[in-house]
Amino acid sequence: MQRISNRMNRVDLAFKRLRREKKKALIPFITAGDPDLATTKDLVFTLEESGAHIIELGVPFSDPLADGPVIQAASLRALGQAVGLSKVFELVLDIRQETEVPLVLMTYYNPVFRLGLEKAAHQAALAGVDGFIIPDLPPEESGEWRKLARANSLDVIFLVAPNTPPSRARFLASRTSGFLYAVSITGITGKRDGIPDGLTDYLKMLRSITNKALAVGFGISSPSQVKAIGPLCDGVIIGSALVDLLARYGNRNNGFIQIRSFVKSIAEALTGN
Amino acid sequence: MAMPNRKGYFGAYGGKFVPETLMTPLKELEKAFRAALGDKDFRAELAYYLRRYAGRPTPLYPAENLSRSLGSARIYLKREDLAHTGAHKINNTLAQVLLAKRMGKRRIIAETGAGQHGVATATAAALFNLTCNVYMGEEDIRRQAMNVYRMRLLGAEVIPVKQGSCTLKDAINEAIRDWVTHVRNTFYVIGSVVGPHPYPLMVREFQSIIGREARQQIKRAEGRLPDIIIACVGGGSNALGIFYPFCADQVRLIGVEAAGLGLNTGKHSATLSVGSPGILHGALSYLLQTKEGQIKEAHSVAPGLDYPGVGPEHAFFKDSGRASYVSVTDDEAVGGFKILSETEGIIPALESAHAVAYALKIAPKMTSDQIIVINLSGRGDKDVAIVAERDRNAKDL
Repeated sequence: MQRISNRMNRVDLAFKRLRREKKKALIPFITAGDPDLATTKDLVFTLEESGAHIIELGVPFSDPLADGPVIQAASLRALGQAVGLSKVFELVLDIRQETEVPLVLMTYYNPVFRLGLEKAAHQAALAGVDGFIIPDLPPEESGEWRKLARANSLDVIFLVAPNTPPSRARFLASRTSGFLYAVSITGITGKRDGIPDGLTDYLKMLRSITNKALAVGFGISSPSQVKAIGPLCDGVIIGSALVDLLARYGNRNNGFIQIRSFVKSIAEALTGN
Repeated sequence: MAMPNRKGYFGAYGGKFVPETLMTPLKELEKAFRAALGDKDFRAELAYYLRRYAGRPTPLYPAENLSRSLGSARIYLKREDLAHTGAHKINNTLAQVLLAKRMGKRRIIAETGAGQHGVATATAAALFNLTCNVYMGEEDIRRQAMNVYRMRLLGAEVIPVKQGSCTLKDAINEAIRDWVTHVRNTFYVIGSVVGPHPYPLMVREFQSIIGREARQQIKRAEGRLPDIIIACVGGGSNALGIFYPFCADQVRLIGVEAAGLGLNTGKHSATLSVGSPGILHGALSYLLQTKEGQIKEAHSVAPGLDYPGVGPEHAFFKDSGRASYVSVTDDEAVGGFKILSETEGIIPALESAHAVAYALKIAPKMTSDQIIVINLSGRGDKDVAIVAERDRNAKDL
């Protein structure tokens, strides 16, 4: 087996550079294989050109219990293409021939567990994946996975929620690598209007307990939200709004024009800070 | 060693694999559950409702006609079908809803497959005047129309689930999504020994009354413990309820899974018999899954067994050999359903009919001084239409 060198990965480098430049990270999410892998590949390049700093690729799963209807539907479309973890690794390997944009996989735990933690970490690193977000794997259950991820220079990104008490938030921040993923609402993924009550205080609390990069996601879908949240964190994650655009406008030229202009509007809202 | 351990593991199985939003509420739930168990007022209140409201203790009935006709071991039936609402589910829902009330939660949610757990939850919510929403797959709503009406009559809202296979697994996904979103005021009443810690422990604790009663009753009737206990296993709550108090005894424990159309057809729910370890609905246990770790759809003629996972403590019992797990087909289960109806005048739930069907296989090979206890977990009124439809289809062929 090829050895993975102990290097600083692309996510850490991206946040380092952005901090130096006093910029915020724009992190779009798309489901790999929705509607097919060729589109996902094109879309990664489009997102990068439109201002994305890190890209999250969703690995489709039959039972996505942290996701709302939009990403559930995308997951189902991708499963229809028989896309799973191994095909996503192949896709990343393919994308890596052309770009160094940081790529983070968002997957439920079972596909990783089923493949075998050691194989998953090794194959991910070989393909050029930079990290994993596994919403149903809390740090308490992740000892072995974190060890393997570290050995393969993969980030293990933990989520923190508005109902997480400060002491536990500190624990999550100490365990996370790459960034700390602040869930903006108690709930599942999906577009929402406005800024949730208490979000400002919650993000200030998180800022006060960690120096690690802090990215906010779940329900973030408009430039006005991003303008309000940007100053309180190091990056924002846009998921359902983007997946919804793709579903509505199709995967060809028209859809990509819509997506490009949407992502640019978010990027502008972020730099406006 | 006490099971589960501090992290909610039964050997290698169990744990807490949930989104961060649920981690703190699960800790609070465990704390409240342990405090309630230690509180004699809570125990007394629960005992009162189980006795005066749910009709406990349920009888342990010697099925003499059945035993005689088989010329076999002596078969006893633990009559959970006689508990209020017609199944063992009420033991757990009364307890969890009392716990919810104690925790100040005003809204109850539940998932249901056959509708038995949904009815039992709606019943407890009606009794204690709490709002109740029940998630149920569209396919199950179609198969179990009577239970849907019962829930509505009891004041619950039944929310159809249109995702995935439209059955129990998908209803659990939706209930978890609801819980994540409304966790501050909502209590999720899980109906089986599945889900993240502390649910498998909590449901086992509340269902163990079945085995504790059966243990006393068989000792009184026979002066000794049975040789074999048989129960059907979907998620596994009635089985664990009767198995657990016999864990340390020299009693064979047999769980019967649904082989559906046959184990080699891919259309079954025999998770322990042919599944593999994985993570679903917050716990590590056996699953029906693909090579890529996608969850497969389960099948059974019994809607309550139609689940591609199983409680983690059963996974532990399987690996440790403390219990053995077998399966019977849809046809065999329907056979058990009919034979028990004809010989004893007891129409069992199709779920429980799986346990009956397995007893029919092994009892004739045993002697008349041996004792089998079957957990008759529910009554079969809800299934009469399914069996009638099968009979009609068989005639048309």
